[in-house]
Formats: sequence, structure tokens, C-alpha cells
Amino acid sequence: MARFESLLDALGGTPLVGLPRLSPAVPDGAPPVRLWAKLEDHNPTGSIKDRPAFFMVREAEESGHLRPGDTILEPTSGNTGISLAMVAKLRGYRLVCVMPENVSAERVQLLRMYGAEIIFSPAAGGSNQAVATAKQIATEHPDWKMLFQYGNPANARAHYETTGPELLHDLPTITHFVAGLGTTGTLMGTGRFLKEKVEGIQIVAAEPRYGELVYGLRNIDEGYVPELYDASVLDRRFSVGTRDAVLRTRQLVEVEGIFAGFSSGAILHAALAVAHEAVKAGKRADVAFVICDGGWKYLSTGAYGGTLNDAEDALEGQLWA
Amino acid sequence: MAIEVRVPTILRSYTGGAKTVEGAGSTLIELIDDLDTKHNGLKGRLITPEGNLHRFVNIYVNDEDVRFLGALEAKLSDGDSLTILPAVAGGALGFAAAAALLGSRYPSNRPAAALNRSEG
Repeated sequence: MARFESLLDALGGTPLVGLPRLSPAVPDGAPPVRLWAKLEDHNPTGSIKDRPAFFMVREAEESGHLRPGDTILEPTSGNTGISLAMVAKLRGYRLVCVMPENVSAERVQLLRMYGAEIIFSPAAGGSNQAVATAKQIATEHPDWKMLFQYGNPANARAHYETTGPELLHDLPTITHFVAGLGTTGTLMGTGRFLKEKVEGIQIVAAEPRYGELVYGLRNIDEGYVPELYDASVLDRRFSVGTRDAVLRTRQLVEVEGIFAGFSSGAILHAALAVAHEAVKAGKRADVAFVICDGGWKYLSTGAYGGTLNDAEDALEGQLWA
Repeated sequence: MAIEVRVPTILRSYTGGAKTVEGAGSTLIELIDDLDTKHNGLKGRLITPEGNLHRFVNIYVNDEDVRFLGALEAKLSDGDSLTILPAVAGGALGFAAAAALLGSRYPSNRPAAALNRSEG
């Protein structure tokens, strides 16, 4: 199919596959309504985060913010950490991740394999303690660099320059783009590109709604909206609960053979909502959505088996997207 | 019939501890006014003195963000389900990263989050 000089050159160019079985049926003679999944788990470390990680590092190099041999400090245990660890290894940087000591064993092993150093903060302090630890480390090492994906324009630019053009090339008839809302980078970058090129396109956000434990004591006055977020890029924004996300994640593998993480299930839920609206309205729709990563890293949650109630219990208190 | 409103833990001091309450109104602002008569002070936590939805409050009607449905003028019908949630960045450590960088604006040493297990 294609060959590349190195792993980093193999970034992006992910397949867009139709979902003939999950796409809603339309009445005879009505225009088609089709779902398309962009398989971001085909990226070098298996998630969509490889795109922003590479772009953030490259831009920091070009601007002189990062110099050969520098240390990158990142308080993350998620996909961004794993992507950064790979990019840092290949580009010659040291990566230090700060995370609570009770994160899953898979993540610790993955990060270590990629060569990242891990500084643990006490489990009892949760993410707040990780913040305090990261702040402390940053003051002790003013030369260490944070890339800060929530406010780094290179995060959104990665999608403006790669994800968006790839989608338009593979699906010129696209009517809707649906993705998850975390750092907001995917939606801002891809959304801006597609809005410039495709008249009337709808940019749809699927936002995870976690179990109550997660929001429990969250104070409304100290909430956080990522600096990258620009509401004018979006047309709709859905909140998807744990149960719906798990249900759709299971349908993806059972019906279409796509083994994905729970954030992808949440995105499919929103994609199906707009697809069914199009059927009701008798309108043609080509709804493209993102498979963020594979399900491997989440198997230990146990949420792929048992009843939906069991799965909900297993994910209660977890940030599953 | 009425509109069911799911209340986050942090605001249950206004609802006598109730997780869900009921209200009426044909728009979101009417519903919030109605709720405020029964749960005095709730409105002040959702809406700024200037009359806008608080930046860090998200309200969803049937799982869709009201900011894309007309905000406070969003139309409501009997049987709708409303969810109020504090804004949370994707991933606990994403929030942590933001707080670390913006420490003075977003103090991290307050007992804010019960995010002891993170997939962030």
C-alpha cells in the first residue's frame, strides 16, 4: 500500500470505513443516510493524539521553544502522554509524566516502554495532588517545557492540516462531522477546515458525561473551558452518558467489527442521533465520525462484558474518555 | 407533566439534597425562574448578574447543550429532561495541566475534584 521512511512519517492517512449495518435504514426512494468511521487507532501509537503530539513538538522545535535534549514535562497518563512519549523518543527528548499512583497498570507499562519517566503523586490526592506535584516540579526545573495541549494552537492545527483534508478527500459528500470534545482540538481544527470547504456542513460535538463521582465536589466557580474552544465552530453539542457510550462501544464491535475505546462509543451515539434526524427529515446525510483509539487499554475496566449496569458500575468515578 | 431537572451534587444544598426536581416553563429562563421560587438561590448559581448562563455551567435539554438551542431562550416542552453539570475538561489531568499553568486563576489547592482514578 505505502511505505514510509520512519514511524513518524506514517502519521495520519487513516482509513475511512462505511458502517453499512449501523447506518439507519431509510424508506424506499428516500435519499441515503450513511455513517463513516475514521479509524484513528491506525496511527503509530494507536490513537488520534499522535497527530497533535507530533505537531506540538514540531512547532515547538521550529519556534525554538524546544531544543535538542530538552525535557518535556506533561501531567498526563492518557493517550497524549503515550503519543508524546513516542514522539519524544524518536526526536531525542526526555519526557517526564506526572500522574497519580493509582492509574491503570497498562498505562504505566506503556509509558515506560516508550521510555517516559514517571513521577507519581499520592493516590489519595487525586489529580489535585498531581497538579501540585507538577507545579512543584516546574518551579524546581524552570528549563523543562510543557506543551499544554488545551491551549496549544498546534493541537487544533494538526487537525486543520491533516484530519480535515483527509476527510474531504475521502468523503467529498460529507454533511456532518462528529468528534469528541476534550481538549477541543479535533473539533476546532477539523471543524474549521471543513466549514471553509463544505457549505452547510454540521460540526457536532459529543461530550462525555461521567458518573456522579467525577462531578461530585466539582465547584461551579472553578470549572475549566479549554483555551482552544471556540463555540462558533460547533453546530450541536451532545452530552453522552456512560451507559450510552458503553452500549454503542459494544455495538461497534458486535455489529461492525470495530473494537474501540469508550469515547468512540460516545461519539457514535451522537452520530446516530444526527443520522436519525436526517432520516426523519428525508435528507441525504454522510455522517463521518472519529474512532479515537482501540479498546485495548480499557479491557481491564471489565466494561466490555456483563450487563450495562455492571459496566456503568465499573466505570463510575472513571474518566473513560 | 413537567420538566425533570437533574441537579449536580454541588447544587443540592438548594434542593434539600434532591437529585432531581421538577419545574415548568416554555423556555429555559422561565423554568429557571420557576425553580428559583421553590429552591431559592439556585438561579444565582446558574446565571450571572448580567443575565447570561454562567461560563462554567453546562445545561443540557434531552442531552443537547442549550447554548446551541437558543441558550436561556431555548424552547422547552413537558416531558423534556434537563441536566445541569459543572464544566469539566476532558481528562482529569487535562484539568490538572491547565490548573498548573493557570495556577493563579484556577487555584488547585481547594478540595475540588473527586477524581481519584484517572483515564485522563
